[in-house]
Amino acid sequence: MTSARFEGTDTYVATPDLMMAVNAAITLARPLLIKGEPGTGKTQLAQEIARALGRPLHEWHIKSTTKAQQGLYEYDAVSRLRDSQLGDPRVHDIANYIVKGKLWEAFESDIQPVLLIDEIDKADIEFPNDLLRELDRMEFYVYETRQLVRARHRPIIVITSNNEKELPDAFLRRCFFHYIRFPDEQTMARIVEVHYPNLRKDLLAEALRTFFQLREAPGLRKKPSTSELIDWIKLLLAEQIPAEALRSNDPRKVLPPLYGALLKNEQDVHLFEQIAFLHRRSG
Amino acid sequence: MLTRFFFGLREAGVPVTLTELLTLLEGLKRQVVSLSAEEFYYFSRACLVKDERYYDRFDRVFAEIFTGAEQLFARLVAEVPEHWLQALGSRVLTEEEKRRVESLGGWEKLMQTLRERLREQTERHEGGNKWIGTGGTSPFGAQGYNPAGVRIGPHEAGNRRAVKVWDAREYRNFDDRVELGTRNLKLALRRLRRFAREGAPDQLDLEGTISATARNAGWLDLKLVPERRNAVKVLLFLDVGGSMDAHVRVCEELFSAARSEFRYLEHFYFHNFPYERLWKDNNRRHAQTLATERVLRTYGKDYRAVFVGDATMSPWEITLTGGSVEHWNAEPGALWMQRIVAAFPRLVWLNPEPPERWDYTPSVQITRELIGDRMFPLTLEGLDSAIRELRRPLARSMPPNPAVSATQPTDPQT
Repeated sequence: MTSARFEGTDTYVATPDLMMAVNAAITLARPLLIKGEPGTGKTQLAQEIARALGRPLHEWHIKSTTKAQQGLYEYDAVSRLRDSQLGDPRVHDIANYIVKGKLWEAFESDIQPVLLIDEIDKADIEFPNDLLRELDRMEFYVYETRQLVRARHRPIIVITSNNEKELPDAFLRRCFFHYIRFPDEQTMARIVEVHYPNLRKDLLAEALRTFFQLREAPGLRKKPSTSELIDWIKLLLAEQIPAEALRSNDPRKVLPPLYGALLKNEQDVHLFEQIAFLHRRSG
Repeated sequence: MLTRFFFGLREAGVPVTLTELLTLLEGLKRQVVSLSAEEFYYFSRACLVKDERYYDRFDRVFAEIFTGAEQLFARLVAEVPEHWLQALGSRVLTEEEKRRVESLGGWEKLMQTLRERLREQTERHEGGNKWIGTGGTSPFGAQGYNPAGVRIGPHEAGNRRAVKVWDAREYRNFDDRVELGTRNLKLALRRLRRFAREGAPDQLDLEGTISATARNAGWLDLKLVPERRNAVKVLLFLDVGGSMDAHVRVCEELFSAARSEFRYLEHFYFHNFPYERLWKDNNRRHAQTLATERVLRTYGKDYRAVFVGDATMSPWEITLTGGSVEHWNAEPGALWMQRIVAAFPRLVWLNPEPPERWDYTPSVQITRELIGDRMFPLTLEGLDSAIRELRRPLARSMPPNPAVSATQPTDPQT
């Protein structure tokens, strides 16, 4: 097998436990299941692995209507039916109507690819079970053409989940699992630095302080996450907001400037205003 | 060492299987990890733990096994009567009672026996002289007559209006076969699923196609329909504590049955009657509550509200400001109930008490009036009627009371 090791990239900070999980999954050729708060870089991980190891990336985004079969192949019976009515000669070869899915594409790749199955919990509860054999044996059978499709190289499979549904045990047993913890302040500072290498120290410190303070606020419906912090800092830079503005104790400005990037619904904004209001009254 | 670790994890309740152990061994053989304990920790965690819920337990077992100590499992597994014991701790014994306790072999002996009994006993018990239950002469239980008795359960005397129930969790812990008993409830709840067709038309409607094609003189005319999807959204409001002690099991069964049946199911707990705050996690009810107002704002009219409670309390817990037994409520429960009814026009109340008793309890009457007489007994038949009620189209349900929806809840913070 390959001795490829993933150690984070210039745009992605990987903690040691994450690196371990990724490398173990690569070495032992098991799918890697990634969970974590939204915005902690679950989907990005697969992209970064592909980039770091120089592998092609196949992304399969799951929706609530996605069926496991669609990842393998689809038999477009409807257009065949139409073609038969129109007398198209293509109709005699059923292979013309087999549409390859993402898994098939990944199986056919010349070098070991990275396959991302994004947000697996969005799909029906049976979805992971339907993929067990395919992920285990890395092969499947096309009944229409009586053809066995086998992976030329076992893809590195990264699966993300947002915890909306419990995944079946049989499926979990075959995966490695990693939960991306929300980064602590140190890691967060490193992440921001990766994205904005020339950020002024004081602005960074103030932005992080405001950010973690906001996350602490009890009862927020959607806590701002890493990706939101990155967006917010981008805005701060674009608007050239000075660090002092974040430190402001002006009672009329309870919300940080450009809070729209951090708080994503009006209940949270409202709640935050209330908390700040109480704070001011007591303090 | 690894085998001990493996069984340690299983004992601590982390669901690991042989497959995962073999994967771990394979990884070690192929030198995924170097000789660092930290790497081994990360690797074994990725291998063996499949849900972040178990991370903590895993950490504890890991520490236990790999620092050599032996004693952890006593703490992890025997979660036996923690709050029962707390209840005991708060109990003040008179000198005479203490002497009686001595006669049974002393406090330690008593607790020891209690633990053993707890392990043997698997269901609720009333009367008798050995088992833990209510109204008996065994030293263990509530409302008993043994002076060396250890009261377990309701703090207050047994008049069904008690404030706290320690019973709530114990039986569930012993009985994990709730599922079997719920099969009939499940059948009824299944009717709650209304198969609404929604979303994009992406399935071939075979019958429609055949008939349309036939009408087209054999020229193919494809008909598509949206896929069948379960569109039922349910909010479940469960009464915990107080007079519900006898019904905790029935509720728990209904709850476990309901869980797997709906696409959207949210549950909330309240005590006796809904006031301005509800909570989602019964263990942390005092730490984490959420405003009823927010629940009303968050969920739309398409959610169906199901209340489960016996609605048995003193009438002023419903009608009066400050009537709640647990806290000072700024607005009467009745007003909150009216708001809930206005927010969720499709609402039922399931009452575990037999209907014959409803007429004798004033609070049940008041509740029935408040919800437009949509109270049903918690039986298969009652569920059937309740579900029929919930399935009614919106327009035919009760019109919202304009007087109620106009009154805004007063915000205590302003």
